[in-house]
Amino acid sequence: MLNATPDTILPEDKLNIHSIESFGTYDGPGIRFVVFLQGCPFQCLYCANPDTMRFEDGKSYSMQRIVEEAEHMKSYFANGGGITISGGEPCCQAKQLITLFKNLQSKGIHTCLDTNGNVMNHYVEEMLEYTDLVLLDVKHIDSAIHKKITGKPNEKTLAFAHYLEEHQKPFWLRYVLVPELSDDPKHLHQLGQYFQSFKQVQKLEIQPYHKLGVHKWELLGKEYPLKDTPENTSQQLEAAKEIFEQYLDEVVIN
Amino acid sequence: MSIGVENNIKEFVKGTWNDTVDVRNFVLKNIAPYDGNADFLTRPTDKTNLLFDICKKAVKEEIENKGVRSIDPSIISRIASHQAGYISKEHEVIVGLQTDELLKRAIKPYGGVKIVEKACQEHGITLDPKVKDVFDNYVKSHNEGVFDAYTTEIRKFRSLGFLTGLPDNYARGRIIGDYRRLALYGTEMLIQAKLDDLEGLVGPMNDSRIRLREEVNEQIKALKEIKVLGDAYGLDLSRPATNAQEAVQWVYMAYLAAVKEQDGAAMSLGNVSSFIDIYINRDMEAGVLTEGEAQELIDQFVMKLRMVRHLRMGAYNDIFAGDPTWVTEAIGGLSLAGGHKVTKTSFRFLQTLYNLGPSPEPNMTVLWSAELPKGFKEFCAQVSVDTSSIQYENDDLMRQTRNADDYGIACCVSFQEIGKHIQFFGARCNLAKTLLLAINGGKCENTGTQVIEGVQALKSDVLNYKEVMDNFRFTMKEMARVYVDSMNIIHYMHDKYYYERAQMAFVDTDPKVNVAYGIAGLSIVADSLSAIKHAKVTAIRDENGLAVDFKIEGEFPYYGNDDDRVDQMAVDITSHFNKQLAAYETYKNAEPTMSILTITSNVVYGKKTGATPDGRAKGVAFAPGANPMHGRDTHGAIASLNSVAKLDYNDALDGISNTMSMVPETLGANQAARVLNLTTILDGYFGRGAHHLNVNVLNRELLMDAMEHPENYPQLTIRVSGYAVNFVRLSRDQQLEVLSRSFFEKI
Ligand code: SF4
Repeated sequence: MLNATPDTILPEDKLNIHSIESFGTYDGPGIRFVVFLQGCPFQCLYCANPDTMRFEDGKSYSMQRIVEEAEHMKSYFANGGGITISGGEPCCQAKQLITLFKNLQSKGIHTCLDTNGNVMNHYVEEMLEYTDLVLLDVKHIDSAIHKKITGKPNEKTLAFAHYLEEHQKPFWLRYVLVPELSDDPKHLHQLGQYFQSFKQVQKLEIQPYHKLGVHKWELLGKEYPLKDTPENTSQQLEAAKEIFEQYLDEVVIN
Repeated sequence: MSIGVENNIKEFVKGTWNDTVDVRNFVLKNIAPYDGNADFLTRPTDKTNLLFDICKKAVKEEIENKGVRSIDPSIISRIASHQAGYISKEHEVIVGLQTDELLKRAIKPYGGVKIVEKACQEHGITLDPKVKDVFDNYVKSHNEGVFDAYTTEIRKFRSLGFLTGLPDNYARGRIIGDYRRLALYGTEMLIQAKLDDLEGLVGPMNDSRIRLREEVNEQIKALKEIKVLGDAYGLDLSRPATNAQEAVQWVYMAYLAAVKEQDGAAMSLGNVSSFIDIYINRDMEAGVLTEGEAQELIDQFVMKLRMVRHLRMGAYNDIFAGDPTWVTEAIGGLSLAGGHKVTKTSFRFLQTLYNLGPSPEPNMTVLWSAELPKGFKEFCAQVSVDTSSIQYENDDLMRQTRNADDYGIACCVSFQEIGKHIQFFGARCNLAKTLLLAINGGKCENTGTQVIEGVQALKSDVLNYKEVMDNFRFTMKEMARVYVDSMNIIHYMHDKYYYERAQMAFVDTDPKVNVAYGIAGLSIVADSLSAIKHAKVTAIRDENGLAVDFKIEGEFPYYGNDDDRVDQMAVDITSHFNKQLAAYETYKNAEPTMSILTITSNVVYGKKTGATPDGRAKGVAFAPGANPMHGRDTHGAIASLNSVAKLDYNDALDGISNTMSMVPETLGANQAARVLNLTTILDGYFGRGAHHLNVNVLNRELLMDAMEHPENYPQLTIRVSGYAVNFVRLSRDQQLEVLSRSFFEKI
């Protein structure tokens, strides 16, 4: 699937996007201009945006226009806000994003990348030079369960984390807490231990599992794999938070 | 003139206000700006709670009784017409009702006796035959005057819905008296000042001079009657207020006189909070007033303002839904010299939304500036998140553009310098229908009536942008001409038959006048033009050649996504039409201004408008004010705000209204994040030169539940274009329209 990534087929000045949210309050610090890119190499069981998975869909969108819209938002970026590129998996369009992030940074706009860490190549490396903050989604610390959730093992994601650490790129960990799937205290401890010594991890965000995307699976004619999974109770969220706090300085429920 | 304020406490700082009527000078000399947070605020006193329980019961009875609790069908309401009325006398620290009984509505037949008669009938009451006889046979009303002068052309524009909501059968409102003057000076000094002005109003005796002399004498009579009104409540209004309680009471009496005389669509209060604060502050420093007592004064004042009522016909509700009175109070802002005008009493006013619960009235309007103190900004945002009862206006923009800092908000969103400026309200014209005239050879799209002569027939059913624009410029020009004519007639007659002597007694003798035109349907027009230009639009015509529908092929950008290709069209149309309006002479040489504001009438405008080239079906409600059309602003809240922010305030000096509705989770994950994000949005939006924002933080589910179970939500308040309403008082159509509006939700 990776060789179908659009960065080789898209025009230089365009991104293949799914949608735009000009008032993002969950994807990075402050108010975010969030661009959701189309296409993802993962197939997460609980994906809230399954319509972003297929690389063949999406619409081509001018990067010039993204820069304009982001510039118009500068007055809203006062509290550390900026642009967040999310998806789908944005690293699949890293080649284009190099130019975009370079441009945005030169205009004083904070750049943030929301990634699952599965794609790493020289484009991604260059893009990261112009990235102020990475939100790294770690779906599971156990590679086998990671594979069950996403369809892929977690080694690349963990390598991505190490790359960020070595290159002194600050990042936030994001962890979706799915009852019965990713909330076993044993694994939460493992994850905490794994990242305990990372200097670049600024915080960990627990993302409560929600079912707001279920209707999108239905629209796509697909069966939602986690039909019977309940949403988190606030006790479950607090319990997970307490565990992570044993290892990391800042843990928030997003 | 010299002020002999008898105070045994500290003297106020002297200034020009001692020699001439100049409340602004008094405020700037004596204000105590407050930079702190809301921690000092107190909960309501037992007396306040007791009174408000009585009010809530009365309001419940009112809702159960088809929206009117009782009517006095005999006494024509004047400043001193009714006996004193109380809620529960021994508990009231601020007294005064419009009639002798809580929520009893009075008749004001000067606007038009037929309307009063009908309003009574709708509630099973017969108008006193004596009143009817007087107005049928001896006294002429505003409504009769207007219709005597209306041309056939104006009538056509009006009855077919091109001009709607004109104040030709109800009072125009909008004029704000400087009610603070009564507290600062008392009637005796104010009368003397008016007499002095009169001395200077000598010949040559032309129309305007004669009229002005008559008006000033009417104002003097009003001031004398205000003294009598005070006597009925045991208050000596002839002298200035001497303490905080009197200051609040005096201001309220001045306002009460206005709402006893007039039933104007909107009768704003002005900007009284920081004025009152000066008296409160002085009493507290002298140790004769506690914080609890200060809050009690404000709570009870606000409670009284919430109980203001006018008698209206049922049909009035179609344009102004929810029985509004628009007691708009402007809070905050900066002075021209740069200091802010936030005081503890600014907080106390907002605190009433907790102490008495959320409410549409008084219409609390925060004059927002980037420079306001942080504690106040955060408190405003918190109150918005909790009650959805506040609107915001850009003080930096208005203060600088208008070069004034002592202003209030007339009606919903309009600047008015207090005591210096007045406004002639002009409702609005339907710009979407004006566009359809351009497509239909000047014929009404619903009836086929020839409304405008001389419009070229389009060469092809596939709409050509240039051809349509040429016609549209012509129909806008004609629309403007007829609109200005109708305004001139209306305000000439209103002055003649229903002059606002009580408000004008508190305004300078020869004030500047703005005439306030308005447009509806801007987003429809912008999207339609965008479709015609960027996609292929074919008119589908009926057997009479009227376009009944439009076929659209291809994509086009929608207004509301920060896309200049269409946003610029909205900007250009606004600017162009505003210039058209300004091209004609006006009554009293009023300066023309225009608003983009619909209040709740966007529903009724939509009903009267056929299918439009943007794909909107016949009868579908417009977006309110300057808002993008529901569901078309797909890039989220900020992109939508940024589209509206492009409209130039100089092209719409009467105001550009925008309403943002958001579910709490979208605004932020927790209360602290919501407050921070909302203040950031406001700073950001106004930083881009935008003018006005209503903020609703509500769940769609909650509104749906309120539709089904109104009894559980008597106080549920939502902000609509320029003011707030009680959700359960809206018609079902209007409720559904609110639900269909863009609610910004997280995916
Ligand atoms: S990585 Fe994100 S976008 Fe991709 S499938 Fe998983 S949840 Fe969906």
